[in-house]
Amino acid sequence: MTLTSSPDGAAGATLDAGLEQAPPSRRARSVARRVAGRLVGAVVVLWGAATVAFLAQVALPGDRATIIFNTRAGQPIERTAQELAAVNAQYGLQHPVLVQYLDYLAGLLHGDLGRSYQQYRPVTQILGEQIGLTIVLTLAAIALAWVVMVVWVTLTAGRGPRTSAFGAAADTVTAALPHYWLGILLLLLFAQRLGWFPVISDGGPVGLVLPALTLAVPLAGFMGQATRTEFERALEQPFVVSARTRGSGDLGVRLRHVLRHSALPAVTLSGWALGATISGAVVVESVFTRRGIGSVLVGAVNSQDLPIVTGVVVLVAALYVVANLVVDLVHHLLDPRTETS
Amino acid sequence: MTTVTTAAPALARRRTRAARPWTLALALLLTAWFAVSALWPHLLAPDDPLALHLDSALAAPGPHHLLGTDEAGRDLYSRIVHGTAPSLAIGFGASLVSLALALVLGGLAALAARPVAAVVDRLVEVLFSFPSLLLALLLVALLGQSALTEAIAVGVGTAPGYARMVRGQILSVKGSPYVEAAVTLGHSRTRILRQHVLPNAVRPLVAVFALSVGQSIVWASSLSFLGLGVAPPSSEWGALLDAGRLYLTHAWWLTIVPGLVIVVLALTATTLGKHLQTSLERNDR
Amino acid sequence: MSRTEDVLADATPTLTTTPAAQAGTDQRAGAGPAGVPRFRVAGLGVGFTRAGTQRQVVEDLSFDLFPGQCVAIVGESGSGKSVTARTLVGLTGAGSTVTAQTLEFEGRDVRRFSGRDWLRTRGAKIGFVLQDALVSLDPLRPVGAEIDEALRLHGWGSRHSRARKVVELLDSVGVPSPRLRAAQRSGELSGGLRQRALIASALALDPDVVIADEPTTALDVTVQAQVLDLLAQTKRRGVSILLISHDLSVVARLADQILVMRGGRVVERGTAQQVLTDPQHDYTRALIAAVPGEHTRGTRLVPPVDGAEPAPVPAPRAAPAEPVLEARGLVKRFPVAGGLRRTAVDDVSFALHRGRTLGIVGESGSGKSTTARLVLALTAPDAGEVTLLGEAWSTVPEPRRRARRSSIAVVQQDPLSSFDPRWDVERILLDSLPAGHGDRAVRARRVRELLEQVGLGEEVLPRSPLRLSGGQRQRVAIARALGSEPSVLVLDEAVSALDVSVQAQVLDLLADLQERLGLSYLFISHDLGVIHHVSDEVLVMKDGRVVERGSADDVFLRPREAYTQELVGSLPRLADARRDTTTTTLTSTTGETR
Repeated sequence: MTLTSSPDGAAGATLDAGLEQAPPSRRARSVARRVAGRLVGAVVVLWGAATVAFLAQVALPGDRATIIFNTRAGQPIERTAQELAAVNAQYGLQHPVLVQYLDYLAGLLHGDLGRSYQQYRPVTQILGEQIGLTIVLTLAAIALAWVVMVVWVTLTAGRGPRTSAFGAAADTVTAALPHYWLGILLLLLFAQRLGWFPVISDGGPVGLVLPALTLAVPLAGFMGQATRTEFERALEQPFVVSARTRGSGDLGVRLRHVLRHSALPAVTLSGWALGATISGAVVVESVFTRRGIGSVLVGAVNSQDLPIVTGVVVLVAALYVVANLVVDLVHHLLDPRTETS
Repeated sequence: MTTVTTAAPALARRRTRAARPWTLALALLLTAWFAVSALWPHLLAPDDPLALHLDSALAAPGPHHLLGTDEAGRDLYSRIVHGTAPSLAIGFGASLVSLALALVLGGLAALAARPVAAVVDRLVEVLFSFPSLLLALLLVALLGQSALTEAIAVGVGTAPGYARMVRGQILSVKGSPYVEAAVTLGHSRTRILRQHVLPNAVRPLVAVFALSVGQSIVWASSLSFLGLGVAPPSSEWGALLDAGRLYLTHAWWLTIVPGLVIVVLALTATTLGKHLQTSLERNDR
Repeated sequence: MSRTEDVLADATPTLTTTPAAQAGTDQRAGAGPAGVPRFRVAGLGVGFTRAGTQRQVVEDLSFDLFPGQCVAIVGESGSGKSVTARTLVGLTGAGSTVTAQTLEFEGRDVRRFSGRDWLRTRGAKIGFVLQDALVSLDPLRPVGAEIDEALRLHGWGSRHSRARKVVELLDSVGVPSPRLRAAQRSGELSGGLRQRALIASALALDPDVVIADEPTTALDVTVQAQVLDLLAQTKRRGVSILLISHDLSVVARLADQILVMRGGRVVERGTAQQVLTDPQHDYTRALIAAVPGEHTRGTRLVPPVDGAEPAPVPAPRAAPAEPVLEARGLVKRFPVAGGLRRTAVDDVSFALHRGRTLGIVGESGSGKSTTARLVLALTAPDAGEVTLLGEAWSTVPEPRRRARRSSIAVVQQDPLSSFDPRWDVERILLDSLPAGHGDRAVRARRVRELLEQVGLGEEVLPRSPLRLSGGQRQRVAIARALGSEPSVLVLDEAVSALDVSVQAQVLDLLADLQERLGLSYLFISHDLGVIHHVSDEVLVMKDGRVVERGSADDVFLRPREAYTQELVGSLPRLADARRDTTTTTLTSTTGETR
């Protein structure tokens, strides 16, 4: 095939029969271009998230200053202009919306997520106090979900109609379990009845087990569905037959060949899973009375303390974006074939 | 819990496992039960769900009260049966909102002119970066607590995932060889859209709708569990959950049982959806 | 068993009667019936049970495989040949029942093999080569790792020594820059290189037997020749080869013995020379006759049922008719990863005249399919233009062009994917009729007319294409193409996915239709034999350019360009090959037995 190279000079590649490799310098450039493209995409999503968050704050029905004042004072009545002026000054509400928007964005760049309506403390501070434990819980849950799913799918996929059907049914049932229900079940059973785990989590590793399990099981079921499909598809591919004809046993083929193929959709899902698990953690923390941003968030929604809610939303969006970049990298490492720009 | 946002790879594969008949029979039976509970609750639970029996408060499940009573002696079984209608209403409402939004957004992202499609696509991606629950929480914070808000919040929260699915489905059909064959036959773009793209793209989504009803109810009940749903003493299942939390340690049935009912409904919807999908595909043969 | 004796009896007489050509050089293996067979198969039967019903896929198959010998099993799809191959390594599959009077490998009864026995035998004593290395090698792992796996599974050497052995093996199969290639994945190598890598992984432990299941399908002709040379080389070293193929000409070059299978049974067996020059069974005869090529030009491929002389297809008109399709200076470029652009079609020009067939032949990547898409106006050329029926075609905007699309139609390689998955045959055909074709009755009549033209009965109308055979589907695709009464038909690899006998029927049908309806064909294929059979004029394409053009006979019998000569020379022919195979059975057996 003839290659017409881009304007900066002739292609230095020696082309063997059918080889489509460009020289290393050009390939590095294209990799850099793809990475840059990803980063730009990530920034756009973050900007979009911030804009949505800001719009949500502006969309609060009613006069914001009044609401803020009333939330703090605890009384839903009309306020005088004087009282409102103070609030307006505090939150900059007297400026035109566009200015507020730009201020908001500028603040974000500095890591300032605004101030809580109720407490007039920086949201970053409020969240920072609580988010550590939530992140620990989330990561533990995702790791656990992966382990459970890989073992379960590897052992039960593609083995005769009964076992596969059973495995698939287990995936479906566990994926449908609501976090609160599973959590309460586990709490009652293992903490209250059997006493193996503390009823109220004290933040230590033992107290992490049940909450993490509550989040991990439905996630494992969900990821397992996609993984199982891919696993069974890969088992029917010719390269599996080739491996068997070389003398590989069944388990060997599953571990060395098929697993890598079937993990790909689960890797892609993991980016989304981070966000979903964090939001699940909100519920789970409530069930197990664990400290974390869960209680803060619920309280904020109750009292319509928007900056906290939007702050969490933007934060989670940021984490999601970062998680997706990492996930893309891992996916590319596992399967360098995909050339998505 | 999880949304079905990434069932898209499952939709794309051509081979479907044959669903087993007894699961369908069971699912249909349960659907009938839920339908009767919603439409004619008095047939299945003649007693007034809000009647107080203070002398038998917090009674465990037994012969008098099938599923136990709550702190005010209200019969849990009756409350659950009578709560079916509002729960299903919220679920269906949320699903409708979700799928309508998903069809519009996904359709635009796949079919509109290049600049519009790009913008909508980015918008969906941004919304997708918010977990459904958080998005729903945001809307509740804005709109306050009520049944309607719950439905809208859950609907909007789950829409981005479905929008992505719709977009993926439409794009995959658009690029298929039979659409190209229609082009060579000289058919107009509108005709191809009408005859090939829309029917083939939307077909698999019927099954997804069934799934989403179950999912929506689960999400809505999560909101209620956090205390952000419909106010008591509604018999809506989520509200039952919320109310029962206080008595968790000594009256476990107040939360476990409504939760179980919700799980059963979700599984029923999922099973129906899968059977629907299989039978639609089998009709092609 | 008498079958085995028959085989032995067949082999012996030919040893004395045929003239010898040059002997192979490195002959050390014990060849011919005097050696001990590595595989003894007698009365093999394989059945599958699915959903309660039992299906017998192989029945009463027998053969012996001697050192340095190649036995070929030839058959079309559904003949049971691949199942046989897999059964010989114990990988028949779930739900299978294997019965046999004898099934021995190197003297041991294979049916008594435990799992461990098989693990020790596979790879080490029996090598297996599948088709299409792109998917037969794990696409996510470097090919070196695949070869290394074969070594590692049998405890060969250390990590370091294995790495060296991998490079050695790649070198021995003729892969250039083996160290570089070992680190690449199958998708990064060309078709020929990856097939060699696959063969290297099968030969890694120097097995006594190699089973090759369609090893050259999906390969370009030139590459196919190289792979066959490689296998021949292996055979000369004394390795026994069991070759499975649907292509008689491929098999002819390598095989000493040929078994022809149909519907799970062996319908003919014998030495290669016997089967190919003097076939006894009707099926074998039909199979050989159905292969299109130089000698079938102007005739029907399928002999008529009543045994009468096949009627020749009328010769093309002598006077040059007006051109119905013209292409001038077509250029099409595609962006490729890495900021480069690939020129898929580079300055291609041709003219198709009314009632004639223009064949475009080329290997993969030659640009022929892109040319088809340009001609069909499915994509716009970067330069150059296409003219249809004397009027501008490629430069016209789509809304204006749409109405004229009825003049040109296409038949693709995979008809199934070109049908809407929800539609039945009737709907598909009705949809192809131009708008305003008349009322319902008129349209229904026209649909029946189309079916009749392609030789299908009305019973297919309510069926979904999924329930039709490959040949029937392609006929429906042809009927659909004819719906708008086009002048030009583009056939893009239209018969490439069909079995030889079905392909023959479809080629005959196309010839009939051309005569009856005055159609002009643009016939695109990688199969030189097919092109030679159907075309009046031929274009040879390579890397997007037209390398040679001329009448079919000129291009194939008197090629001027080096590439065309190489292409034509690589084509395995039934005739030449027959000479080769007889020599290997002649040479005497003094060498070491493996």
